[in-house]
Amino acid sequence: MGLESRNLISTLDFSIEEQDEVLALAERIMAAPKEYDHLLGGRIMASLFFEPSTRTRLSFEAAMLRLGGRVIGFSEAGSSSAAKGESLSDTIRTVSQYADIIVVRHPKEGAANIAAGVSGVPVVNAGDGGHEHPTQTLTDLLTIRSVKKRVGGLAVGCCGDLKFGRTVHSLVKNISRYEGVSFIFASPDELRIPRFLRAFLDDNGVEYVETDRMDGKIAEMDVLYMTRVQKERFFNEEEYIRLKDLFILDAGKLRSAKEDLCILHPLPRVNEIAYEVDADKRAAYFHQAGCGMYARMALMASLLGAV
Amino acid sequence: MKGQRLVNSIEKGIVIDHIRAGLGVKLFHFLKLDNADFTVVIISGAESKRMGRKDIIKIQNMIDIDYTVIGLIDHNATISIIEDGEITEKKKLELPRRVENVIVCKNPRCITSTERQIPHVFSLQNAETRTYRCDYCEDHVRGIEI
Repeated sequence: MGLESRNLISTLDFSIEEQDEVLALAERIMAAPKEYDHLLGGRIMASLFFEPSTRTRLSFEAAMLRLGGRVIGFSEAGSSSAAKGESLSDTIRTVSQYADIIVVRHPKEGAANIAAGVSGVPVVNAGDGGHEHPTQTLTDLLTIRSVKKRVGGLAVGCCGDLKFGRTVHSLVKNISRYEGVSFIFASPDELRIPRFLRAFLDDNGVEYVETDRMDGKIAEMDVLYMTRVQKERFFNEEEYIRLKDLFILDAGKLRSAKEDLCILHPLPRVNEIAYEVDADKRAAYFHQAGCGMYARMALMASLLGAV
Repeated sequence: MKGQRLVNSIEKGIVIDHIRAGLGVKLFHFLKLDNADFTVVIISGAESKRMGRKDIIKIQNMIDIDYTVIGLIDHNATISIIEDGEITEKKKLELPRRVENVIVCKNPRCITSTERQIPHVFSLQNAETRTYRCDYCEDHVRGIEI
C-alpha cells in the first residue's frame, strides 16, 4: 500500500482507492482483532491533545494499545510546554524525535498542517478547530460500509447544524466522491450548509436538496447523519425554541423512515436524538463510536507501513 | 520644476499605469513604498479615455519590486520599465497563484494567529472572483477584501 510515511491532515488527502484499502483493513481487523494485536509492537504513538476530547483521544490510544504499540502524550495544553509559550512547530519537532507517529488535536484551524510540515514522522489530524476532522470521516465511512455494505448510490441525509459542523462538511466532501451518492440537507435556514460546500457539490455535479424540516424527507434517506443544534448559534431564544424540536429525532419521526435506515451521530449527543431511539435497530451511533477505534487502527498500521 | 518633471516622466524606474482608480494608495502600501528611500509619485484619479479615471504610480531609480503584489491588487494594471527616459520593457501581469506574507489571514481561529514565525500563505482559488484561500485554515478572501 502506498500510504507508508504519509500524513492524514484533510479528508481528501487519500484517493478513494487508498481510503477503501484502509477501510477494508479496518474490516479485517474488526473481524479478527487477535491476529493484529502485535502488529505495531515496539512502535510509539504520541498523542498531543491541546484541547480536551473523550472519544477521539481514547479511541486513538486504544487503537495503538490494541495493535501492541505504546502511547506517550498529553491530554490538555496546560500540561505541555505550550503553557510556557512554546510554539506548536517546536513541540512537534521535538516529539517527532521520540515517537513513530504523531496524533494532534489543536483548537486552531490549520494546526495539523503546520505539524505535518515540520514533523519527521507521520502526522494524523485529530481535529483542528472547526476546520477538519478526517478520522471522524473514516469512522463514518467504516460504519456506513459495515451497516449498508456499500457507500455508492446511497441517499445521505444530514440534519441539524450544517453550517458550523465540521464533521458534516468533511463527510459530504469525502462521500460525494463515490458514484451515485446524493444528499438531503435538513436544517434551520440559519444553519444551512455553507456556500463553499454548495459550490463544491455543484462543481462536482452531485445531487442534493435542502429542506427546513427533517420529517418530510426522512422516508427517502438511506443514511441519516444527525448533528447538534446549539443554542448559541441563534440570534434569540424564541427562534431556538421554535426550531429545535423540528430537528430532534424521535420514534414518531422514524415511523416513515426506511426499515434499513442507518442513523449516525458523531457524538456527544445532547437532546437531538431522543433516548427512545437507542433501542431502535436502525440506531448505529454507538456502533459508530466502536468503528472509530478500528478505523484508527487500520490508519496507523497503514501509515507505519505495517501491512 | 524638478518635481513637475517627475510627475510627467522619469529617466529610470517603473511606471505602474492603468491602476483602477482608488487602488493606487493601497498598492503603494502593499509594495511598502512608504518606507522607500527613493522617489515615488502617486497620481490619483487621472483622466483616462479607456477607464474614465485611473491611478498611476511612478517609481524613480528602482526596478526591483514584487510584481506578484501588483498582480494581486490589480492584474489589469500595466508596467513599463524605463531606462534613459525610454520604455525598455512592458510587463504583463497575472493573478499570482500563491502569495506569501502579502495577505494576512484575518481568521482569529487560524493557527497563523498564534504561530508568529510561520508565513501567511494564500493560494488562488477562483480567478474570476479573485478569491484566495489561506493554505492553513482555508478561510477565503475575495479580491475586493484584500
